[in-house]
Amino acid sequence: MEKTSIVKRILIWASNHPLWMIILFFLIFPFIMPYKALATLILINGLFSLGFNILYGYTGLLSFGHAAYFGLGAYSVGILLSRFQTSIWTALLFSLIVSGVGSLIIGFFCLRRRGIYFALLNLAFAQMLYFIAFQWVSLTGGEVGLRNIPTPALQLPGFSIDIYSPLRFYYFTFIFVTIALIVLKRILDSPFGRVLEAIRENENRARAIGYHTNQVKWLSYIISGVFSGLAGGLYTLYMHFVGIEYLYWTTSGMVVMMTLLGGAGTFFGPFIGAGVYLYLEDIISIYTKHWMIFVGSIFFLCVLMFPEGIWGRVKSRIDRLKVS
Amino acid sequence: MFEIPLSALGLQIFMGFTLGMIFVLLAVGLSLIFGMLTVVNFAHGAFYMWGAYAGLLAMNYMGNFWLALVIVPIVVGGVGMLLERFAVRRLYGLNPDYPLLLTFGFSLVMIEIVRIIWGTADHPFSSPPALQGPINLGVFFFPSYWLFVIVVTIVVLLLLWILLKKTNIGLIIRAGTRDSLMVRVCGIDISKIWLLVFGMGTGIAGLAGILAAPMRGVYPEMGISMLVECFVVVVVGGMGSLVGAIYSGIILGVVVSFTTLIYPPMANIVIFLVMAVILLIRPSGLFGEKGLLE
Repeated sequence: MEKTSIVKRILIWASNHPLWMIILFFLIFPFIMPYKALATLILINGLFSLGFNILYGYTGLLSFGHAAYFGLGAYSVGILLSRFQTSIWTALLFSLIVSGVGSLIIGFFCLRRRGIYFALLNLAFAQMLYFIAFQWVSLTGGEVGLRNIPTPALQLPGFSIDIYSPLRFYYFTFIFVTIALIVLKRILDSPFGRVLEAIRENENRARAIGYHTNQVKWLSYIISGVFSGLAGGLYTLYMHFVGIEYLYWTTSGMVVMMTLLGGAGTFFGPFIGAGVYLYLEDIISIYTKHWMIFVGSIFFLCVLMFPEGIWGRVKSRIDRLKVS
Repeated sequence: MFEIPLSALGLQIFMGFTLGMIFVLLAVGLSLIFGMLTVVNFAHGAFYMWGAYAGLLAMNYMGNFWLALVIVPIVVGGVGMLLERFAVRRLYGLNPDYPLLLTFGFSLVMIEIVRIIWGTADHPFSSPPALQGPINLGVFFFPSYWLFVIVVTIVVLLLLWILLKKTNIGLIIRAGTRDSLMVRVCGIDISKIWLLVFGMGTGIAGLAGILAAPMRGVYPEMGISMLVECFVVVVVGGMGSLVGAIYSGIILGVVVSFTTLIYPPMANIVIFLVMAVILLIRPSGLFGEKGLLE
């Protein structure tokens, strides 16, 4: 143990205490990024990927339609703030409820099929929501989306603060991400979390042991949808804008790429993936508007060469370190 | 609804039938690849789109629609074969989600390449002069090009049927769909058949692209909505079933067309409702076998 360098020790400590590690890291994160807006974007998209990762990484269900829940959350906040002038708390609460009910209903249909059917059924239902939002102009603004969403102050017991400076909004998001991470850790460490992983490894065996795998998958689907909806709601608060493209397949594809790049089924993976993806987009889009060709190629090579993702690769190295 | 004259109704059914033909061409390719390789080709819509753009290119340089109709499927199918040979093949036997993710990444690259070369705008694509103008079908006038699309699709399906049912290669393909290990045990190099099937499926998608171009326009995202609709066709028909793909393609084409006539805002949404109903009453699809790659 004396021979292991300090870097190795830190890495091993990090993989043993993922929760503390990630919270500490995000506490100082905005100060090491080139600008704070990027840090906030990474945090929100990381939360979205984290929601997706519950379903794909831990339960083994690949959904190609998570734009649906991101979009439902985003539209709930947008509609409540701009049409009903509610407080931020009410709007965010509604984004959780709406995305939860949405994933409850769509999940019921999608989970009737397994494997590849499931992935594409999700895509089909997300596209359906996209077309509905497109047509329902009076509620959603149609193709234009919702613009100039009001920015009410955040109501806290006794006082209210304005959260729209870059740094304040970062820490506002940070609080939600921290809660989400703690909840996720609790879920994964609970017997329920073990059943999720059992389903991922072998669903037939999990059923044979006596678990109602369909209900467990449904619950996992709903939890995943709610996390994604929260990310969508926060994104709307941040952008003051809801675009129709939030519901489009590109959003579903983006979260799939972020999670896979970072490492599906790992605790850090979604945030690393979101960071790499957004950082690449940020850098490449300075030079060309066709950044998608680079991101697409990188993702293509990632699936081909290291489908376990960046953190998945690092993690397996660390596990080997622990043994030696 | 009752004021709609009978001829308009007939026309609408016929137009739906034509749309259904494009669905069928794509769904057959998707089903063929899936049945043989158990790979869902997410780039299928992108191959369809490349078919349309390759047609545009061929028309610019050669100006002959008929020649383009022959060359485009071969070129697009060739690209498909390259994708299978150098990328998809490495993922056989691993997690079945990986080929889907891989082809998704590839489709993004394909779309972006088209955007770089042609831009994002919609390109007009005129049908060949011989097929312009309507044709009198007795009850109503119908665009002759649309009729041509129906004829070409039927010919392609017939050829495919002959290939699958009457030739040795077809026998191997059908056997490989059932049990590829057994085929290999018989001493047949199945990897060549995989290459062929992938090329055929993507080539037919390319053909569908150039056929659809004069009817639906040419733009980079044309493949994505088509892919989703085509996947709905496959779910309704039953994954891996060619007959199911044909029936449900036609049914859904007519349903979409009808809805456009009665209540246009629902036109894009109605096929998903049909799919939801089918999933509730018959989860494996109209002609599907239960348990294939689940």
